[in-house]
Amino acid sequence: MKSPWILHFDTGSCNGCDLEIWALLTPKYDVERFGMVNKANPKHADILLITGPVTKKCEERLRKLYEQTPEPKLVIACGDCASTGAPFMDCYNHNHGVNNVIPVDVFVPGCACRPEAIIDAVIIGINKWKEKAEAMETNVSHEDKIMPDDSPRSDQ
Amino acid sequence: MSRISTIPFGPQHPSFLEPLHLKLNLEEERVVSVELSQGYNHRGMEYAMEKDWKRDAFLSERVCGICSFHHGTTYCQTIEAIAGLQVPERALIIRTIMLELQRITSHTLTLGHIAEAVGYENLFMQFFREREEFMRLANLISGNRVHYSMNWPGGVRRDISPETAKELENKLDEMLPKLQMLDGVVRKDSTWLKRTKGIGVLTKEQATTWAVVGPVARASGIPYDVRLSGNAGYHLEGIRFEPVWREEGDCWARAMVRMDETLQSVDLIRQCLGQLRDGPLVAQFKGHPNGEGFSRNEAPRGELMYWIRAKGESKLDRVKIRTPAFVNIPPLAEMLPGCEFPDVPVIVVSVDPCVCCTDR
Repeated sequence: MKSPWILHFDTGSCNGCDLEIWALLTPKYDVERFGMVNKANPKHADILLITGPVTKKCEERLRKLYEQTPEPKLVIACGDCASTGAPFMDCYNHNHGVNNVIPVDVFVPGCACRPEAIIDAVIIGINKWKEKAEAMETNVSHEDKIMPDDSPRSDQ
Repeated sequence: MSRISTIPFGPQHPSFLEPLHLKLNLEEERVVSVELSQGYNHRGMEYAMEKDWKRDAFLSERVCGICSFHHGTTYCQTIEAIAGLQVPERALIIRTIMLELQRITSHTLTLGHIAEAVGYENLFMQFFREREEFMRLANLISGNRVHYSMNWPGGVRRDISPETAKELENKLDEMLPKLQMLDGVVRKDSTWLKRTKGIGVLTKEQATTWAVVGPVARASGIPYDVRLSGNAGYHLEGIRFEPVWREEGDCWARAMVRMDETLQSVDLIRQCLGQLRDGPLVAQFKGHPNGEGFSRNEAPRGELMYWIRAKGESKLDRVKIRTPAFVNIPPLAEMLPGCEFPDVPVIVVSVDPCVCCTDR
């Protein structure tokens, strides 16, 4: 099992949850002990930590990031506004939550969500992510697996 | 003459906390011109704030999480200006303590952020370790880490008990040597100096033309601080205060101004704690505000302004917010051309671009 690397993207939050995610990556809370490193490249990432209610301008960018992340991937919506958009209920320029744009696996409550809550979500998330990875393993049929030594070669 | 290549920078980038897009035109490694694109964080806060003025005391904090108390205070000051309320002295002192506490968390965040952009990971971690202690202090006073929800038009909702004040004072005594050690690094460390000295210079004339505010202006030789110049809500009677300013105008000067202000804020909190006297916390106010009001405050990034027109009911007619980052980000078009490509994150982070403030 490899270490889950995270990608953090702000889609219009007030920065509060982003601060708490940064607190996670730094000495006091330090999620690196679970093997989590912040990677800015979606192609290296496994867990997407999304904050904010997804503004209309960020929507396309978030979809692209999600599509570029390889399977198995996991999306964690950090904070109330990423979960439901509630703090910005009356604002006109957002999508009321990440799950209206991309599928979300774990929701974190709180405005702003505390680092402890994010750690909790991340632990739940890692277990879900492992399940996803195992499901992918079993779903792959025998022919699809690349086995260079055993596979019959057509050119021989 | 080599070919000019265009490099997109952001909106999702490791050195940015928030989405900000720069289109850089490079000639080899040198930046020739830059195009800024903003609006990734626009939610429509000003519209939402017109719905209910009582709710706005908490909604205004959600404009920005880094300077949430400054937004809340400035909003409450504006309502107080409209209603003609006299805020009790104890509430003013508690507000000042919280404003300065949040200034420390914001400045240490920015300094850590600059350190990361420079590539000084160790210093970044140290700044964030010290910052966490101040977050815990804010938690101790208000019960929250980011949005304190302590403000109310007319005063504050939570008191600082004598035990909390004592603990605050002890913690500040404990933290001061650690901050001074970091101050020594920012002032003298050769790795830091090589990446920040003489980089991204904004001269005094340019700073005046672009009308920058806050630490960016004070680093370019303009000693302008709203805390001194006729601000309604700030308690400065009997408190020693001198604005910190420098003349270099480069990234190092901007970092130094923030570092000095961090130490100054510790001193201001101590002075305020010495002035805490018993008294009421909130000035009572009935009905709805009616009329126009304007207020400003010194947020960590500079001058923050609110203008409100109320019409005597729970809805407000118009709320206008002018945030400091709104005027501090555009001068990047002046600072970036001519610099090396690896210096771009350092320069951008050194003006402390708060995108959620700017876009709202």
